[in-house]
Amino acid sequence: MMTYLVRRMLYALPLLVGVNILTFMLFFVVNTPEDMARMHLGQKHVTPEAIQQWTHERGYDQPLFFNGGEAGSKVLTETVFYQKSVGLFLFRFGRSDAGRDIKADIRQRMWPSLAIAVPSLVIGLLVNISAALLLIFFRLTWMEFWGSALCVALMSVSSLFYIIGGQYLLGRLWQLAPISGYADGMEAFRFLLLPVLLSVVAGIGSGARWYRALFLEEVERDYVRTARAKGLSEAAALFRHVLRNAMIPILTGVVVILPLLFIGSLITESFFAIPGLGSYTIDAIGQQDFAVVRAMVFLGSVLYILGLLLTDISYTLVDPRVRLE
Amino acid sequence: MIRYLQAIVSRAVLLSLLLAVTGCGDRPNDPYPENESAQRTLYSGFAERPKHLDPARAYSADEYQIIAQIYEPLFQYAYLKRPYQLEPLTAAGMPDIIYRDRQGRVLPDNAAEADIATTDYVLTIRPGILYQPHPALAKDGSGAFLYHHLDENRQGDLAGLADFPVHGTRELKAEDYLYQIKRLVHPALHSPVAELMKEHIVGLKTLAEQLERSYAQQGKGFLDLRAYPLEGVEVLGDYQFRIRLAGKYPQFRFWLAMPFFAPMPWEADVFYAQPLLLARNISLDWFPLGTGPYQLTENNPNRRMVLERNPHHHEEFYPSEGEPGDEARGYLRDQGTRLPIIDRVVMSLEKETIPYWNKFLQGYYDFSGLASDNFDQAVQFSGQGSAELTPEMQARGIQLETAVATSLFYLGFNMQDPVVGGLDEAHCRLRQAISIAIDYEEFISIFMNGRGVAAQGILPPGIFGYQEGEAGINRYVYDWQAGRLRRKSIEEARQLMRAAGYPDGVDQQTGQPLVLYLDTTARGPDDKSLLNWYRKQFARLGIQLVIRATDYNQFQQKMSNGNAQIYQWGWNADYPDPENFFFLLYGPNAKKTHGGENASNYVSPEFDHWFEAMRNMDDGPSRIAIIERLQSMIRHDAPWVFGFHPRHFTLHHQWYQNIKPNLMANNELKYQRIDAGLRASLQKRWNQPHYLPVLLLFLLALGIVMAGVYAYRRRLEATAL
Amino acid sequence: MIVLFWTDSLFFLLLFAAAIVLWRARQDEHLVRPLRKVTHSRSAMVSAVLLLAYLLVAVLDSIHFTGGEQGAGAFRNEPVSVLDWLLTPLRIHVEKTYSAPFACDALSREMIADATGQMLWGLPRLQFACSHLEHPEATAAADIASRSLQGLLLGGLAGLLLAAPLWGWRGSREWLGPGWLAVILTVVGLGLIAGWLAALAPFYHVLGTDKVGMDVLYQSLKSIRTGLMIGTLTTLVTLPLALLLGTLAGYFRGWVDDVIQYVYTTLNSIPGVLLIAASILLTQVYMGRHEAEYASLGWRADLRLLFLCLILGLTSWTGLCRLLRAETLKLREMEYVQAARALGVGHLMILRRHILPNLMHLVLISVALDFSSLVLAEAVLSYVNIGVDPTTESWGNMINSARLEMAREPVVWWSLAGAFGFMFVLVLAANLLADAVRDAFDPRRAE
Repeated sequence: MMTYLVRRMLYALPLLVGVNILTFMLFFVVNTPEDMARMHLGQKHVTPEAIQQWTHERGYDQPLFFNGGEAGSKVLTETVFYQKSVGLFLFRFGRSDAGRDIKADIRQRMWPSLAIAVPSLVIGLLVNISAALLLIFFRLTWMEFWGSALCVALMSVSSLFYIIGGQYLLGRLWQLAPISGYADGMEAFRFLLLPVLLSVVAGIGSGARWYRALFLEEVERDYVRTARAKGLSEAAALFRHVLRNAMIPILTGVVVILPLLFIGSLITESFFAIPGLGSYTIDAIGQQDFAVVRAMVFLGSVLYILGLLLTDISYTLVDPRVRLE
Repeated sequence: MIRYLQAIVSRAVLLSLLLAVTGCGDRPNDPYPENESAQRTLYSGFAERPKHLDPARAYSADEYQIIAQIYEPLFQYAYLKRPYQLEPLTAAGMPDIIYRDRQGRVLPDNAAEADIATTDYVLTIRPGILYQPHPALAKDGSGAFLYHHLDENRQGDLAGLADFPVHGTRELKAEDYLYQIKRLVHPALHSPVAELMKEHIVGLKTLAEQLERSYAQQGKGFLDLRAYPLEGVEVLGDYQFRIRLAGKYPQFRFWLAMPFFAPMPWEADVFYAQPLLLARNISLDWFPLGTGPYQLTENNPNRRMVLERNPHHHEEFYPSEGEPGDEARGYLRDQGTRLPIIDRVVMSLEKETIPYWNKFLQGYYDFSGLASDNFDQAVQFSGQGSAELTPEMQARGIQLETAVATSLFYLGFNMQDPVVGGLDEAHCRLRQAISIAIDYEEFISIFMNGRGVAAQGILPPGIFGYQEGEAGINRYVYDWQAGRLRRKSIEEARQLMRAAGYPDGVDQQTGQPLVLYLDTTARGPDDKSLLNWYRKQFARLGIQLVIRATDYNQFQQKMSNGNAQIYQWGWNADYPDPENFFFLLYGPNAKKTHGGENASNYVSPEFDHWFEAMRNMDDGPSRIAIIERLQSMIRHDAPWVFGFHPRHFTLHHQWYQNIKPNLMANNELKYQRIDAGLRASLQKRWNQPHYLPVLLLFLLALGIVMAGVYAYRRRLEATAL
Repeated sequence: MIVLFWTDSLFFLLLFAAAIVLWRARQDEHLVRPLRKVTHSRSAMVSAVLLLAYLLVAVLDSIHFTGGEQGAGAFRNEPVSVLDWLLTPLRIHVEKTYSAPFACDALSREMIADATGQMLWGLPRLQFACSHLEHPEATAAADIASRSLQGLLLGGLAGLLLAAPLWGWRGSREWLGPGWLAVILTVVGLGLIAGWLAALAPFYHVLGTDKVGMDVLYQSLKSIRTGLMIGTLTTLVTLPLALLLGTLAGYFRGWVDDVIQYVYTTLNSIPGVLLIAASILLTQVYMGRHEAEYASLGWRADLRLLFLCLILGLTSWTGLCRLLRAETLKLREMEYVQAARALGVGHLMILRRHILPNLMHLVLISVALDFSSLVLAEAVLSYVNIGVDPTTESWGNMINSARLEMAREPVVWWSLAGAFGFMFVLVLAANLLADAVRDAFDPRRAE
């Protein structure tokens, strides 16, 4: 187990280097350091000297990957890539190009993101599993047919419609919830109600169908038939056997996305003015704040790799037959 | 069956519990903590977080909207008076201006510009002005600063300034102004006015070089600016100092009314330079320290910013005189009231315009701008063409304020371009023809809902030298007929085209149709119709317009390389002086050769000569004469198609009072009033929750479940048989 | 003069390739049998007809030509598609601003001159809608009713004419299940709708007009091409990459597998939004450097659409690749593959003969499933401003500009409704068909 973990950690290194190379390449093909400086220095009274000073101060005046002007190992180390990515691997994100401390920003913004994402995930999971169980429970009746049809219909609607429609109905027409905004502590409940509700509703279609497929696979197995033949009620068979055995795929599906919950949801957060991490990256791309872009991409990759790792580990926990070698 | 009933009852209880929780208070959709809006709080929003709140760096309107309430420069624009007029704020009076010749001898006020070598501004500030409470100024019993040497390990959870138990204050001194002027050239701050001020303030350039050297040696951290002398600024006592400028520069008085010249205590820089605070994003850029009517007590740029009354704010009263008619419009009701009137301002992040508008209609924002999407809902034009509110808005007691902005949106020609550039008569005629063909009246009515005024020249209304009526029209584009402005007919434009050598848009020499290129940054879905409109305008002259839509980076690069042919741009006045507009066409400011603001690269020796004469003149009839001369020169040469001046529409609720649009002043907040009682009662009336649909939905869901149970029962019975 | 945009040529290439694959698949019993099963599902067959109708619109909208245009000066060289040409009345009937469906007056009041020349504040008549009527307020309803009836009659007739040969074709093919009747009914239904629209659309704005007065029905129809392009052209990237890399990784294992796994994990761990944003900016940079070739808005918008498809493909091939890799790993241990290897058959031959055909059903299912999610993704991307060009008609752009209209009073719902309806039908049909295909290939549900 330990050796497996260490190996996976080592395996992550080249991955992260690759991600970084790609990020740096893409960013600097699109933006030159002068563009970045101009963006940060504003529109009026910007002089070439000020631009030069800005790029020098932030170290963007070095070559990107290869410094032909230096000798020895400095050919590689005196470059934007090396200087800027070493810090990332030590999780020192430093300051954004606009001058704010990135780690502090992330720490501050991740809580509202979590406040939306965790309830959405948990409630969504409960609702989806219940809906799927209901569909299975009533299988081969008209309930199943229309339930499945409803699911397909629900998942064919763009998520934007749920948000626009929900805000219009609950916020504007019925005046039941604040249209947007956020507050700390207990007050947050009122603000979270609408976005969480909408993201749960938007997810029912595909979620319920997915779990239904999982349960269906189990329900047709022999042991369930045996249990039912022994006189176990349908409900008991479902809860005691089907649900328990379907836990493995459910769990692994959930574990993979757990770390990424921090990153938040771009669309929901900007429609509801939630001060989360969702729009941090995309705003940074718009403002050409490379320090934030590279930090967030790096963080995203680390979390993704972490998710994969957690999945592997959760396999062994749920199913003792699986062993990590 | 009983079990099911139980389940239903328990669910109903759960639902009512949910409703009870959400319905805490009588308005479940209130976006603020309960009963908060009963206080004298102003609610507004911001779409994008401001980049800088440091007065040496901030330059944009959204930043000024915040820091102008916190920092106090020496002068301010009188809130009610028009035309815009400066009055002392922290200064004891208007500055004493002393001209000196090369030998340092004092010259009379009417001395010729050529004789003036330096200008002294002697400035006196009012004694007894205190800074807002702030930890940087906090001292212990022995007079040592409490928080200038924070212990890295001792400070636990530090999120903002409120986490410091002790806040101190001190009196404003003349040296604080000197300190801020030095900060303008601090190498780490990149102040946008540094380059400009280096040219005007004696010794600032030398100081900048010195600082740059020291900063490079010392590295990051606190750079004690007090140790570096600045030749041009001398402190003459606790309450008096003198600024020496090179030559004559009368516009300097306007700069003295901008936050760039607000006082800054050196303690702030020492305090904020501590790495402990930097790592928590507690910096001068986010937590200002000023003498103004408000202090920023909460700053989460991703959620909200809160301004609260500064308890130490000096005595200041609502003005008792304005322009004629202010009395009748109720602007003088509060005369003599101690400022500020509003206690607290809550600005929330609102990226989307729909929620903002909806919340405004619900009464949760006190005022709102007007996007074109809400325009017809709110505003209609009366018979005389003046704007008024729709009955629906009037029924809510909403009020409308409009003001023509001191800005200009224009279509520029690159004067270095072989096709559209050049100062010879033929090229001027081509540009004049295009100026006639682009019908900006139509533009304003289609794309701006009539919220704009077609420009007659470079100066917007409200700037010294702007002429109203017949005297101010652009004779090359407009005629004055029967007391009204009339754009020349397209036939006249076609004649000009023939005279320019392009009959029907065909080049006489080559026989090829004329193709022109417009560079622009296209952004939204609406831009398609906008660009098509431009093409239609050019097509009326037979010119084929090719649109090169690029992103912002590319556009900037093209402009600085002088590669564009025709481009769209705008300018917003820094201060109400014609120099701030005419300098955009001043030869030595050409963008391609000098990296200046003259993006058209217009170089006309005659214009430059008269501009130099006008720029440092004192306002008066002779200045107006020169301005007229400059205007007619650029109207003839037409380096720009003078587009339009936008007209700002602002809606506000009836409980928000003393709103008089002032395009120069940014610190108008302290004059405004909120009638919180009225707001609370109207909010309550407008926001009655509707629970019925939820109940119906619940019943529907219940019905489905019951039906399902029934179906299941039926099935069980069927299999049992 | 025919004009071929990049996406046009690639789209036709793709259609051609799909036709060839389908033709070849006729001989593959293990593909044909499940596909025949699909024809038994009524919902799947209705969906297939609807998808074909969408495809027809997209094809018509992908044949561009110049010269047939009677525009002035600068507009002479703008390419139009066959669909544009067919919908000419809708395209050129551009009102000033919003108007409701079937309205004869504008939505909002403005200063107008009445019969006596007096200026007053009122609802102006629309320039094009109802312009054939003398007194629209009195006669519009009757006119709409009579035109509807005519349109429905003619449309129904056309639908029947089209359905008759289909019914005849069925005669000898017993395997065509009960779904065939649904096909016939759908065709007739589509005929009715098309006839109704054809009768009314030239005289009224059936779905109203948007902010700049464009007909919403026209926009919705034009958006079909964009949606289908995004859903299909993406496979041009995903399929070759996923098929090649997935089978190679699964078949050869070892370092090949390691390298390929490395590549897709790296790609996967970069947030998709970033890649898409970067590629969109990249297109802008590219077009900035080649200004001469991309002088017209049409070409710029087309290149951006193409790049969007490519980058969406680049971010979405990994899922299929992983699936194919796992399946190949399983297949290569099968006895018949082992036997072939023992007999000395070359790797290439084994991959082509034994592995690839057994992966086809996975490919089919995944393409069908990805299609709907891509169409939905377009809307979200447009919201973040990294979708198709703002000047391209697309449902995402429609939603993006229409979402502000919900705050108006009276609510302007028709733009949103148009985009919603057309998009919903497409995605629903794709989902239902994908479901049926998946069920048909599911071995546990075999007959």
